[in-house]
Amino acid sequence: RSPSRSCHVVTTVFPSALFSFLSVQTFDKILIANRGEIACRVMKTCKKMGIKTVAVHSDVDANAVHVKMADEAVCVGPAPTSKSYLNMDAIMNAIRQTGAQAVHPGYGFLSENKEFAKRLAAEGVSFIGPDTHAIQAMGDKIESKLIAKAAKVNTIPGFDGVVKDADEAVRIANEIGYPVMIKASAGGGGKGMRIAWNDEETREGFRFSSQEAASSFGDDRLLIEKFIDNPRHIEIQVLADKHGNALWLNERECSIQRRNQKVVEEAPSTFLDPETRRAMGEQAVSLAKAVNYSSAGTVEFLVDSRKNFYFLEMNTRLQVEHPITECITGLDLVQQMIRIAKGFPLQHTQAEIPINGWAIESRVYAEDPYKSFGLPSIGRLSQYQEPLNLHNVRVDSGIEEGSDISIYYDPMISKLVTYGATRAEALKKMEDALDNYVIRGVTHNIPLLREIIVHPRFISGDISTKFLPEVYPEGFKGHQLTATGRKELLATAASLFVAAQLRAQKFLGDLRLQERRSWELCVELEKGVHMLGVSRSGATYTVEIDGDKLEVSSDWNLASPLLTVTLNGIHRTLQCLSRNAAGEISLQYLGTTFKLRVLSKLAAALSVHMPEKVPEDTSSILRSPMPGTVVAVSVKAGDTVAEGQEICVIEAMKMQNSMTAAKTAKVRSVHCKPGETVGEGDLLVELE
Amino acid sequence: MAALAAVRRCRVLLHGAVKSSFRGSPSQPRSYSAGRLSVQERIERKRQAALVGGGQKRIDAQHGRGKLTARERVALLLDPDSFVEYDAFVEHRCSDFGMEADHNKFPGDSVVTGQGRINGRLVYVFSQDFTVFGGSLSGAHAQKICKIMDQAMLVGAPVIGLNDSGGARIQEGVESLAGYADIFLRNVMASGVVPQISLIMGPCAGGAVYSPALTDFTFMVKDTSYLFITGPDVVKSVTNEDVTQEELGGAKTHTAVSGVAHKAFENDIDALLNLREFFNFLPLSNKDPSPVTECHDPSDRLVPGLDTLVPLESTKAYDMLDVIHSIVDERDFFEIMPNYAKNIVVGFARMNGRTVGIVGNQPKVASGESKAPIRYQHLISKLYYCCLDINSSVKGARFVRFCDAFNVPIITFVDVPGFLPGTAQEYGGIIRHGAKLLYAFAEATVPKITIITRKAYGGAYDVMSSKHLRGDVNYAWPSAEVAVMGAKGAVQIIFRGKNNQADAEAEYVEKFANPFPAAVRGFVDDIVVPSTTRRRICRDLEVLATKKQTNPWKKHANVPL
Repeated sequence: RSPSRSCHVVTTVFPSALFSFLSVQTFDKILIANRGEIACRVMKTCKKMGIKTVAVHSDVDANAVHVKMADEAVCVGPAPTSKSYLNMDAIMNAIRQTGAQAVHPGYGFLSENKEFAKRLAAEGVSFIGPDTHAIQAMGDKIESKLIAKAAKVNTIPGFDGVVKDADEAVRIANEIGYPVMIKASAGGGGKGMRIAWNDEETREGFRFSSQEAASSFGDDRLLIEKFIDNPRHIEIQVLADKHGNALWLNERECSIQRRNQKVVEEAPSTFLDPETRRAMGEQAVSLAKAVNYSSAGTVEFLVDSRKNFYFLEMNTRLQVEHPITECITGLDLVQQMIRIAKGFPLQHTQAEIPINGWAIESRVYAEDPYKSFGLPSIGRLSQYQEPLNLHNVRVDSGIEEGSDISIYYDPMISKLVTYGATRAEALKKMEDALDNYVIRGVTHNIPLLREIIVHPRFISGDISTKFLPEVYPEGFKGHQLTATGRKELLATAASLFVAAQLRAQKFLGDLRLQERRSWELCVELEKGVHMLGVSRSGATYTVEIDGDKLEVSSDWNLASPLLTVTLNGIHRTLQCLSRNAAGEISLQYLGTTFKLRVLSKLAAALSVHMPEKVPEDTSSILRSPMPGTVVAVSVKAGDTVAEGQEICVIEAMKMQNSMTAAKTAKVRSVHCKPGETVGEGDLLVELE
Repeated sequence: MAALAAVRRCRVLLHGAVKSSFRGSPSQPRSYSAGRLSVQERIERKRQAALVGGGQKRIDAQHGRGKLTARERVALLLDPDSFVEYDAFVEHRCSDFGMEADHNKFPGDSVVTGQGRINGRLVYVFSQDFTVFGGSLSGAHAQKICKIMDQAMLVGAPVIGLNDSGGARIQEGVESLAGYADIFLRNVMASGVVPQISLIMGPCAGGAVYSPALTDFTFMVKDTSYLFITGPDVVKSVTNEDVTQEELGGAKTHTAVSGVAHKAFENDIDALLNLREFFNFLPLSNKDPSPVTECHDPSDRLVPGLDTLVPLESTKAYDMLDVIHSIVDERDFFEIMPNYAKNIVVGFARMNGRTVGIVGNQPKVASGESKAPIRYQHLISKLYYCCLDINSSVKGARFVRFCDAFNVPIITFVDVPGFLPGTAQEYGGIIRHGAKLLYAFAEATVPKITIITRKAYGGAYDVMSSKHLRGDVNYAWPSAEVAVMGAKGAVQIIFRGKNNQADAEAEYVEKFANPFPAAVRGFVDDIVVPSTTRRRICRDLEVLATKKQTNPWKKHANVPL
C-alpha cells in the first residue's frame, strides 16, 4: 500500500510529529478488533510506530483492505456482525493464537463494551481505551449525568433520577419548564425518546417511551430533561493518561446530521469564542478526571444560540471524526492512545495544543441522498478513485476498486478530510475533492455533501442539528441549476458529444478525412430542449447557446471518468458517468448527476415521430425495492390477495419492509422463499 | 399545425437529399434546345417523385405508426451528405391488375438503394419504402438490392438492409419470388466476404424473413417490427393458437426466446444511431484487418478490482460482464444477443483500439434460464450455473465464426463446469449443438486468447478455446481449476465405496482445484495476476497481429448443423 494513502495532512502540517513515532517502545503486536476504514486507520499508525498488526475478519471480508494491510489476519466467523466482529470468544482466541499484546477496538462493535475490556484485562492483554470503570460510568445516561454534575459540568436542567410514573413526570416537567424531553436511561439512536410541550404530551410521552424502552432495551427506566430547541452539536476531544493528566484538544462542530448521524464535521467551530471554548474544554477535562479517564475520549455538548452549553454524553472511544482534530492539532490520536495504554504520560501540556488552520470532514456514504437524506445502497465499486492527487486532502477508507459494499456492514465508503489555512480554503478544497472523487457501482451521497458545503447558511456558519430538514423541507432534490450553470452543462455535453463523434472517425491508416468544423445540435436537459451551435478550433469548442458564446477546452480524454474542462476561462471538473450511441450523456456537475441527450438537428427533428413508450404495468409484478433478505412470504401461487395485503417481508439494513399487493388479484407465481437474499429490482411475486 | 411543421421539416430533408443525389452532375439549367429542356424537366419531375415515395399521405401514415420513412432512415444512418443513390428511376414492370397505370408507377419503386459513409467508411445500403405498395418486393425492387450487393462484394464493403416490407408483390407473382431468391443467393455468396447487417424496422414476413436470417446480424426495433413465417391469422387457422403479432414475432420474442434477432432497440432513431456505433466495430470485408480506432485508454492499465472479483467459494456467482467491462477499452462493450442464452456472453469490444470479439461464460446465470417465459423460470434448477447448453453453444458458435471470417481476434473468458445434463438437453441434441461451438473454435485461425477465470471442467474445458484447439495464448487466473469434474463427483467415482470421502475430496481439491495441473503440462501459458490481464492481452494482440494460419484446402467444411 502506497504511503500516499497515509495521513498526509498531519505529516505535511506538522512534520515534527513524525519524529515521535519511533521514539518509544510500546507494544510489539496489536490486534485491531474492527474492520473497514478505522481498522486501516489504526494500522497506519501501528506501522509508523513499528508495531505488528493483526486483523480480524468475517469470511466475506477475507479479501478486504484491512486484511491485506495487516501482518496477520484471523477469520472470526461468518458475515453477520454478531457472529464475527462481536464474537468475543473468537476474538479472544485470535488474540491467544497470534500473541497480540494489546487490542485496539476502533469505534462501534466492542469499543465501548465493558465485558470485552474485562476479559482482556483478565488475560493480561491491554485494551487501548479507558478502563472498565470509565466505560461503565459514561455508558449509562443517568449515572454519567450525576457524575458530570458532581464534576461541575453544565448539564441539561432536568431530573437526575428515574421517573416513577406519569404524575411525577408532569410534576418534574413543570419544575424544569417546557419543552422537555423524555428519554430512556439505557437508550440511544432516538429510540424511546419523546418531546413534550405540555402536561398532556408529557403523560402520553411517558407511556410511549416506557413501552418503547422496555421493548428495545429491556429496561424501562426513563429520565426527563429540558429540551434544547435548535441546538448545535459541538464536542470536545480529550486525552488523558494513567497518571491523572488530561488535555482538551479543542472542539469539533458536528451539527450537520441526518437521523442523529453526523454527515459533515469541522474543526474548529465557527461558533465558539475562546472563552466558551476554554470553559467547555476545562469542563470536559474535569469530567475525564472525575472518572479517572485514560485514553482518547469525546465529551459531547449541546450548545444553544446564546452559547450556553450542556453536557450530553461522553464517548469512551476514538470517534469517527477524529481526523479533523488531528489536522488542526498535529497530534496522531491513535499513537497517543497506544502510548497511554502502555502507561506513558502525556507528551504535551495544554498550552502546546494549537488550533492550526481549519479542517472539514465529509462522510462519504453508499446511500441514496434523495431518499430521506440517505437510504443505504449496496453494490460493487466498479470504479473507485480517491482525490489524493490534490494537496491537503486526506481520505480514510477501508475499501478499494472492486470492493463490495454489502448489506452486512456500515455503508460508509470513506471519510474525506480537507485542510486549509482558513475555513474558506478548506471548503474550496472540499469542493475540488468531491468533484474529483470517482465512485461507480454504488449510489453515493456526494450530491448532498457537495450542496451542503456551498450552502450560504453553512458558509456563514448558521447551522444547527436541524440544518438539513430546515434547508430542504421537501427532501433533498440535488443541485438546482442556475442559468449560467445550465449553459455550462449544455456546452460541456455538446462539446463532449462532438469530441466523441470526431474520434469515432479516426481509424488507423485512414488518411481520407477532412474533419468537420461546425455542428448544429439539439440538447435535452431537464425537459428543456436547447438548440446549440458548436464550432471547433483544435481542442477548443465554441458553443453558442441563446446568443451567448462559451469557449470549452479540454484534453477530451474519453477514457477518463473525470472530465476537466475550462469554460470561458473557469476550471471545472465534471464526471462523465455514461455516454451511449443514442446521444444520452450523464454528467456529474457540482456533485449532482444530470441526464442529457445530445442529438443532431436532423435526429432531433425526426424524434417527434417516435412513439411514446408505455411503461410496464407494474401493478401485477412485485419487485424488491432494495437489496435484502426475504424474511417471510405470506402468499402462495393460486391465492387471491386484496389490494394492500401483505405479500412478503424484506429485511434490509436491519429494517423490515412489508411488501403489499398493488391490486386485488390472484397470485400467478412466487419467485422468492424465506431466507433468500434478493437484489434491487428482483422479481418477488407475479399477480394475474 | 403539427402536420404543417412536419411537412416543412420534410422539405428541408428532401432538399438535402436532392443536393446529394445531384452531386457531380450539372445542377444549373443550361441553354439546351426546347426538346432537351423537356427531358430535363422530366428528369427533375421524376427525381422529385422518387423523393416523396408513396406521397405525403402515406408518409404521414408512416410517421403516425411511429416509423420514419426510408429516406429519413438513410439520412440518419449515414454521414451527412454522403448518400449516393442508385436506380432512382427504376420502375416496376408489372402490367397486370392495372399496375401499368401511371399512378401506380413510382420512380425508384419500393426501395431506396445506394452507398454512403458511416464515420467516413464505405457502406452499401438498401432501405425498403413502406409508403410504396407497403414496401412489397417486386422484380425491380429485388434487382435494385442485387445491384448494390454485387457492387459491395466487388469493392469489399458491408451491406446494411433496412427492412420494412409487407412481403411479395402479389401482382407480380413468380417474378417477385424470383427476386427473393436472387437476393438469397447473393446473401449466401456475400456471406463471409463482406459483413451483412439487417435492421428490421417494420413487418418482415413469409419468405422475406430468410434474407435477414442469412445475414450476419439481425437487429429489430421494439414494438414496430415483426418477423414471422406466417402471421397470427394463419397460425390460428392451422394450429388454433391465439397469438398476437408481438408475441409471435416481435422484438422480445426474437431477442429472448427464438434467438433469431441479435438485439432490439427502442425506436427507429435509437436503432440507427446504435447501428452507426456497431458498424465502427466491423472490418469492411474479409480482406480487411480488424479496424483500429484512436484509443484514450492506456493499454497497460491495471485493473485492481479483478484481484478480488472471483469469490472465494467456488460455487458463488459473480458477473462476467464486470470482468469484460473493466478489461476492454473504456468499458465499451457492444453485447450481441444480451437477452438470449444469457449463460454465455458474446459481443464486440476494443483492446488498445483494435476490435476484438469477446466470448465469456456467465456464472451469474443458470443455464437454460433465458429460454423459458418468466413465469416458468422458478422451475429451472439453479444448480447448473454457466454450464454450456444448446442455446449458448449455438449463440457462441455463430459469433466465433463471424469473428474468424472477418479477422477479428477472439478473447475467451472461461468459467464453465461442463455441459448441462438432462433429458431436455439430450433429446434436444446437445451433442450436435455443442459440437458447433467446438467446431467453431477449432477451425478459427484468427488470434485466440483465452483466460480461465475459475472452472474449466471436462469437455467444456476443451471446447472453450483451449490450447488443444490452437489457442494462441492461454492464461489461468490463480482461482482457475482445470479438471475433469468437480471434487465431489470425482471422488465418488475414484473412491467408490470407500469411507474417507471427505479426506479424498480434500486431496482432490489440493491436487486439481488449482491451475497447476494445466500449467505444468503447458496447457496454459502462464498463471497471471488478474489485475494485469488487460496489459497482457493488449501486448499479446500486438504480437499476434501478424499471425498467419490456414486450414487445409477444402471445398467447404462440414460444420455439424
